[in-house]
Amino acid sequence: MPFIPHTESDTQAMLRDIGVENIEELFDEIPSEFHCLGLKGIPKALTEFQLARLMRERSAKDQIKLSFMGAGAYEHHIPAAVWEIATRGEYYSAYTPYQAEASQGTLQVIYEYQTMIASLTGLDVSNASLYDGASALAEAILMAVRINRKSRSKRVLIPKTVHPFYVDVVGSITRNQGIKIVQLPYDNETGQVSLSALDAYSHEDITAIVIPQTNVFGVLEEVHTITQWAVDHDVLAIALVNPVALGLLKPPGEWGPDGVAIACGEGQPLGIPLSSGGPYFGFLSCREAFVRQLPGRLVGRTTDLEGTQGFTLTLQAREQHIRRSRATSNICTNQGLMVTAATIYMSLLGPRGLRRVAEHCHVKTRDLVSVMNGIDGVDEVFTGKRFHEAVLRLPVSVEAVLNVLSEWGILGGVPLSSWYPELGEALLVCATETKSDDDLKIYGQALRAAIDQVSEA
Amino acid sequence: MEPLIFQLGKKGRTAGAHLLEGVGEMELPNNALRDKLPLLPEVSELDVVRHYTRLSQKNFSIDTHFYPLGSCTMKYNPRACNTFAMLAGFRDRHPLAPEMVSQGFMKCMFELQEMLKAVTGMSAVSLTPMAGAQGELAGVTMIRAYHLDHGDDTRTEIIVPDAAHGTNPATAKMCGCSVRELPTQPDGDVDLVALEALVGPKTAGIMLTNPSTLGVFERNIKAIQEIVHGAGGLLYYDGANLNAILGKVLPGDMGFDVIHINLHKTFSTPHGGGGPGSGAVGVGDTLKPYLPVPFIARQGSNYVWEDSSVHSKSIGRLSAFMGNAGVLLRAYVYMRLLGESGMSRVANYATLNANYLMEKLKSVGFDLAFPSRRASHEFVLTLKRQAKESGVTAMDFSKALLDEGFHAPTAYFPLLIPECLLIEPTETESKETLDQFIAAMAKILEETQRDPQAIKDAPVSTPVRRLDEVRAARQLNVRYSYQDHEGLGEIEDPRSL
Repeated sequence: MPFIPHTESDTQAMLRDIGVENIEELFDEIPSEFHCLGLKGIPKALTEFQLARLMRERSAKDQIKLSFMGAGAYEHHIPAAVWEIATRGEYYSAYTPYQAEASQGTLQVIYEYQTMIASLTGLDVSNASLYDGASALAEAILMAVRINRKSRSKRVLIPKTVHPFYVDVVGSITRNQGIKIVQLPYDNETGQVSLSALDAYSHEDITAIVIPQTNVFGVLEEVHTITQWAVDHDVLAIALVNPVALGLLKPPGEWGPDGVAIACGEGQPLGIPLSSGGPYFGFLSCREAFVRQLPGRLVGRTTDLEGTQGFTLTLQAREQHIRRSRATSNICTNQGLMVTAATIYMSLLGPRGLRRVAEHCHVKTRDLVSVMNGIDGVDEVFTGKRFHEAVLRLPVSVEAVLNVLSEWGILGGVPLSSWYPELGEALLVCATETKSDDDLKIYGQALRAAIDQVSEA
Repeated sequence: MEPLIFQLGKKGRTAGAHLLEGVGEMELPNNALRDKLPLLPEVSELDVVRHYTRLSQKNFSIDTHFYPLGSCTMKYNPRACNTFAMLAGFRDRHPLAPEMVSQGFMKCMFELQEMLKAVTGMSAVSLTPMAGAQGELAGVTMIRAYHLDHGDDTRTEIIVPDAAHGTNPATAKMCGCSVRELPTQPDGDVDLVALEALVGPKTAGIMLTNPSTLGVFERNIKAIQEIVHGAGGLLYYDGANLNAILGKVLPGDMGFDVIHINLHKTFSTPHGGGGPGSGAVGVGDTLKPYLPVPFIARQGSNYVWEDSSVHSKSIGRLSAFMGNAGVLLRAYVYMRLLGESGMSRVANYATLNANYLMEKLKSVGFDLAFPSRRASHEFVLTLKRQAKESGVTAMDFSKALLDEGFHAPTAYFPLLIPECLLIEPTETESKETLDQFIAAMAKILEETQRDPQAIKDAPVSTPVRRLDEVRAARQLNVRYSYQDHEGLGEIEDPRSL
């Protein structure tokens, strides 16, 4: 019996001790009309060996050679030590560290993680993680609405330069609490939030504004100007940031006159595999004044009764298992193992290593764009400075080109036609530190050939 | 004591194998760049490996200890699940990769949807919720959407039993609902008379865990279903305790309209020190149009994504992509290893282990919270008598168990039972392990009479003794500061790397 250790004699001895004849009798409180007769639709068991073969065959089908896809999930090199350590059973199979004395390993890791995220974002306090970047943004918005008592509107400005899936998630999670999303248009030339459109809201009651850095087009926003606008109009500023970019870029805690109130984002670039979109982790940090409005777990440093340093979950009165319907969020399970991996990743990279990764991403994308600019009919859409993504316009159908490329084992980027139809045949490309100069050349040649093939067809 | 990773550092030290070479000039505006590098550790690779290996050794885990944590289903996490989910084609698959190069992954996910339908008796499943609490959010949001879609905007009350997980009322509130608490009778079943009085034209639905968090099967489920449906409300099944009935009872047959499944409980994906989980949701026909997107459909021999463009009434997305895909793959592997016969055995042996433990602990002198009831896959002890006689509390008992090499059961939950321990052994533990646990519990019980202070002083064998939680909250210290650590600190000129 897979994963059930009982021998027949164990089972019989246990039944005797309980005082029943058979296992069925243990279910005698369940009304008989609800007893089901076997499970229909579950295949027969496979041995580990048989399943290994099946899974290898299926995973091999999805293997590609070269990818230039980004849009919220990024390919980075992950040092071997990250997952070698993170999948140790002591991390992998531990529970939430409610029993602090039996969980000092996990608790110290989270404390170290909180320190690193606070420093990367330039803020005071980080929680122990949320599910992913999109749900972290939803929680940041709910938090902002609780904090900003000067505003009554529950209207939140979210630029159209925020990933459309994130906007969708924010809507699903916050809609029933009366939060209204107002979308800000972008400047057609720069690809940044339109500052004149922003100014139009100067005399309206706005609770919070989301500032993406970088935005969905890979373009850097005018973060100082927007943060200043928020301060001037009693609007709470929420930064939505890429943590690898923060190795290079100004942290949100230093935007504008004295930084944003809350920062959040997708933690995946910090050592988490692409893995079809999850598990990733969302990070969330804020100024100390707002710590009691922070959702999710938080680890604090303290001492034990002998004065030894130790770590424990703290300010739990914010959480659902204590405060129930008055909690800051319903979140319970978060993304603990991903946090462990990210903490190991950040430790291995260190301040210099992370900056160099960010620099390489930036430079590789710059070089990719210059390769692409050499192809007839291919142009970069926006003029704004970018980090590690760019929007290209193709002379033919993006969809058709991507199909040709994927037959050659190349994922050419993310098509923007369904999210931003106004951009025409637009393609979002990304090159990280994982791409060599040869990779860029190969992609350049392949794109040229694919465009030719599509235009001839 | 293991220092913090930051304290192990030395200015200028790097894990050189991960330091890329410089890139020269970049064309980014100065005001967009950092002036100082972030405060990350400056350590070698060996420092990192040793530090995090040492820290891991301070943890209890399933791989090292018996973990009878009620309501958490800490069963063995088969290693194959991790190995197969991390195969390169799965590990490196971009979430937006085209369908034509994703058929391997999508086939697994489609089959997982189908298997979850089979074990829950529901008609459709969405895999996207990223944890149980998000599954709850999905469920209650669907219930709200259903009522609004039927022109009923007054149904904003969610009924929650007083024994429920804290996530239930917290979720109801996040969905803009108010919570009506349903009392429990002394025998552990909910109070039907109170339920009759609670339901009405404002009832959106009820959230129910069955078996309940009290470790007993709710025998009046049919009457509850009739009362709630009769009043126009819908029934939400909290799948936290699905392990107790896996292969025995289908929630769909009990009349539930929507269910979330904690894959990190019943389907054995790792808890990871607090996550990731996965809270897939299943629905009956009533709520099918509202399922969160995306999900996978089959067209001929191909698998395709379906989103809001096809399902216009969907409550929308709950995660940026499709949820915790890697967790879903692990659950898929687990289900294929168990197969039909293995899955039907889960509830049998989880229930056998729980009833055996309950019977044996009763015989060595513990009081059961519901002595007349069968255990489900878990049961509740109350130490009210011991607390009164010797001052030894459920907390003290929990800590003493750590010294005996066992993780503590869930303590002080459910909230309505004083000094309680909620014990869930799971089906993957052997009789020998259970017997050792019983012996340890008996030993501690005996010691409460002989030397209660020794129990109150526990634990003594863990890396730290009991922690000062008041200090943790009052003198809040949630990050390390370099200020009093000479030789480390901010790198002022990032260009001089």
